Amino acid sequence: MTMTLADLIPLAPLLIVTITAVVAMLFVGIHRNYAITAMISVGGLFVAAVVAVVMMGGVNQQITPLLIIDQYSLFFTIVVCAAAMFVAIFSYSYFLNLDDDKEEFYLLLVVATIGAIVMVSSNHFVSTILGLETLSMALYGMVAYPLHSKESAKYPLEASVKYLVLSAVASGLILFGMALIYAQTGTLAFTSVTNLLAPATEGLSDNYTIIALLLISAGMAFKLSLAPFHIWTPDVYEGAPLPATAFLATIGKAGMFVVLLRFVETSNALEFGSVVTVFSLIAIISILAGNLLALLQDNLKRILAYSSIAHMGYLLIAIIASYSAAGTISIEAVTFYLLAYVIMSLGAFGVASVVSSSENELDSINDYQGLFWRSPWMATVFTGMLLSLAGIPLTVGFIGKFYIFLAGVESSLFALLVALVLGSGIGLYYYLRIIYRMLLPIDGVAITSIDSTNTIGSYGVLSILFLLLIVLGVYPAPVMTIIEAISAYI
Amino acid sequence: MILVALIAVLFIGGLLAWASERLNPEYPRLIALLAVMLDIVLMFGLLGGDSSAVWLVNIQTDWMPRFGISFHLAADGLSVLLLLLTGFLGVIAIGSAWSEITEKTGFFYFNLLWTLAGVLGVFTALDLFLFFFFWEVMLIPMYFIIAIWGHENKNYAAMKFFIFTQVTGMLMLVSILMLAYLHYIQFDMFSFDYFDLLKVTTSGPLEMVIMLGFFIAFTTKLPSFPFHSWLPDAHSQAPTAGSVILAGVLLKTGAYGLIRFAVPLFPEASMQFAPVAMTLAAISILYCAKVAFAQTDIKRLIAYTSVSHMGFVLLGIYAWNEQALQGAVMTMLAHGLSAAALFMLAGGLQHRIHTRDMNNMGGFWVKVPRMSAVALFFSVAALGMPGLGNFIGEFLALLGAFKANIPIAVISSFGLILASVYSLWVIQKIFHGEYRNTDLDDDHFHDLDRRELAYFGLMMVGLVWMGMYPQSFLDLSQDALEGLLTGSQNVVIVTAAK
Repeated sequence: MTMTLADLIPLAPLLIVTITAVVAMLFVGIHRNYAITAMISVGGLFVAAVVAVVMMGGVNQQITPLLIIDQYSLFFTIVVCAAAMFVAIFSYSYFLNLDDDKEEFYLLLVVATIGAIVMVSSNHFVSTILGLETLSMALYGMVAYPLHSKESAKYPLEASVKYLVLSAVASGLILFGMALIYAQTGTLAFTSVTNLLAPATEGLSDNYTIIALLLISAGMAFKLSLAPFHIWTPDVYEGAPLPATAFLATIGKAGMFVVLLRFVETSNALEFGSVVTVFSLIAIISILAGNLLALLQDNLKRILAYSSIAHMGYLLIAIIASYSAAGTISIEAVTFYLLAYVIMSLGAFGVASVVSSSENELDSINDYQGLFWRSPWMATVFTGMLLSLAGIPLTVGFIGKFYIFLAGVESSLFALLVALVLGSGIGLYYYLRIIYRMLLPIDGVAITSIDSTNTIGSYGVLSILFLLLIVLGVYPAPVMTIIEAISAYI
Repeated sequence: MILVALIAVLFIGGLLAWASERLNPEYPRLIALLAVMLDIVLMFGLLGGDSSAVWLVNIQTDWMPRFGISFHLAADGLSVLLLLLTGFLGVIAIGSAWSEITEKTGFFYFNLLWTLAGVLGVFTALDLFLFFFFWEVMLIPMYFIIAIWGHENKNYAAMKFFIFTQVTGMLMLVSILMLAYLHYIQFDMFSFDYFDLLKVTTSGPLEMVIMLGFFIAFTTKLPSFPFHSWLPDAHSQAPTAGSVILAGVLLKTGAYGLIRFAVPLFPEASMQFAPVAMTLAAISILYCAKVAFAQTDIKRLIAYTSVSHMGFVLLGIYAWNEQALQGAVMTMLAHGLSAAALFMLAGGLQHRIHTRDMNNMGGFWVKVPRMSAVALFFSVAALGMPGLGNFIGEFLALLGAFKANIPIAVISSFGLILASVYSLWVIQKIFHGEYRNTDLDDDHFHDLDRRELAYFGLMMVGLVWMGMYPQSFLDLSQDALEGLLTGSQNVVIVTAAK
């Protein structure tokens, strides 16, 4: 299959981000300047997001067998680019005083974004692996970035190696599963594995398909940090510098989840009862383990790590519901919840990275004591994000949870809904604990003053995220309409 | 539009109050007072309108058309009564916070107004999604009020309050969604509108399960045995204004939810469930009255008596005839005033002598005669003295319950005796006897001032009015309650004994 120049046009966002990486790299080679590198990256990501918005109107095309550029992938391209841009802005003030070369962080960030864009546009195993590995490779670097900094208090090397080794194992599982599916279907595209069941003589037997699906699911569950494959999450979240954690927690998860959604929907994997059982168990364990383990933590990053495990569990409910729910409601649920999750996690990590810096990371919840009286706007934003994570109305997290509940009710997944109610109830405790800490009177040891000139961009981003949180929580109808329209493409 | 304005005034007033603190810490309370006063004026505007229709006002616009969710607010006589109660107690709460809250005043009045806004939303929302939305919106500011301005154990109390109501709220959300989904199956479209959902036919165990989701959420808020354990903690730790709102208004949202949603949406399941609900009500009445008697913390004591009185409301609702319902509504109104007044007295005592422990109290009549007289009045009101509002409410509730279930009504009526016991016991313990100021920090132990006398006076007038001329309230709620009764066909309609 030959590619024409016209085929490249739908790839514009991907190409723009790639060009951004190259330009930034060349610029750093010629002249090191932290601010300009940051501007190039942010600008490139912004242009890519805008181009994707413009293309949302009509482009629906399979470009080579590897990539599908449709409304759905464009929607997530926008989300990924915007989120990466926000992370880039947060990292500016965070790394400002790093006693090492700091420009390359932006290269890694942009390259990781390329990987994420490929993942959300992928409906083929090859592009999945390509995107996944591009994302992961860059993330290893981002997680370990302050390695040579003498003042870095955290454990970036430990986190990075842990992530590298476990991620490699997960990729291995996924690859093996893909090989088994290839043996069955003879293609690496996401096609239905269930249609091939009828002629039992052809290919391998049913059991191989199930094993393949479970291997792929296990690998993806690793990347999504679903229990019981979640062990790496808190350590990596804690050890990594905050912007890298934010990237990993939002874009990394969203990209992987879109792949999982497309794969499950295209391959009809849920036709197999055992796959549904495994998914349900993973969801229940993730929700309960994530929420219960978060209760024991005093470290903000670890709390958010465990809460992300629970949130991935909530999302999995919607995936399971897609098997029996009418229409596209569960795909809409996944889409909306992912969007909500990206907004609220980014906001939570954003606040933490604004008050922190690479040499002084404030990640114990004691550090946030009295934030309400010291820095009311930061505390309001943080409270909003935490309440949203807890699923309280007026915030986007509530609408997200509403979608998940609706999908669950439509499919009569009552055991999962009970887990969801219990999990959300437990979750309230640790979110409120952080909020309560911020409400306490200011105590001498708490946060040092925030340097406002360098964090003005971060303040802007946080305000945008907070606005999105409220607007989508109070008047989500326009976004609902968009999501309903794009969900038909899955 | 008037309903939207009611809610918007409080939301905007809250933001203004918060912002105005920078200019002057005195401004927030003025702005809050003005906002609530403006709301009360608007509420009287509701009464002035056409009173022949059941729904005095009704406004509906699309909100999330994808799921048939609309922004639907409406008010009938029942809603208006509760709106007025909310407005009245809003003023009282601001009055009680006037000098008590001195720190972070802007944020305090912001939370107070937003709680009230959420409550007004709950009393007027006729779209179940919107209802749930307001139901949860009123929690967060209340959490802040307890967690920031509360007493020694505020974190525990605030957390318990929030988790109890939120978790049971989620059960209600599941029920609402199941109902909406049944509507989708039966009518091929999603709808969360109250009138649409009334048309959904459900039956058997499914109806019971969905109904229980609502029932648990509402009886947690009411609260009723066995979901009441958050209330004594929340009340004893909350600042006075928080207790006033909590006891006076927030508890009534639970009762309102039962009357408006839980029973009419599921008439059959509710009829089957009524004996259980009435038994729970009887247990609440007797058990919590007994527990109240065992308290030494005065606020906990009043909290338990609240649970006990709310038992009469639950009893009246599940008797589901006109007298019982009227009794429930009257009890809600009268208890709103009497409990709020008692909490303010307890709060006033705590503010003056820095303790809530009744073992350290005694003989206060000598020291603070006006306060003691006021306390006697409200205690007597709470125990159900004829001539005051609480008597009318509890009497009608028992009368209605007697028609529905004689044994439970008879057992419940013993609650009235227990109420007299603990009420008089409290008066005797705190105000009678000899004044011993041994362990007491009584440097600031002065009698009620004019401001306090003014709002206690207002509440007394309210209670006497309810007791002497209840018809003015019964007339308002009558059409609404009759509508609800005839709506649920399977329930025996008892005509009003006018």
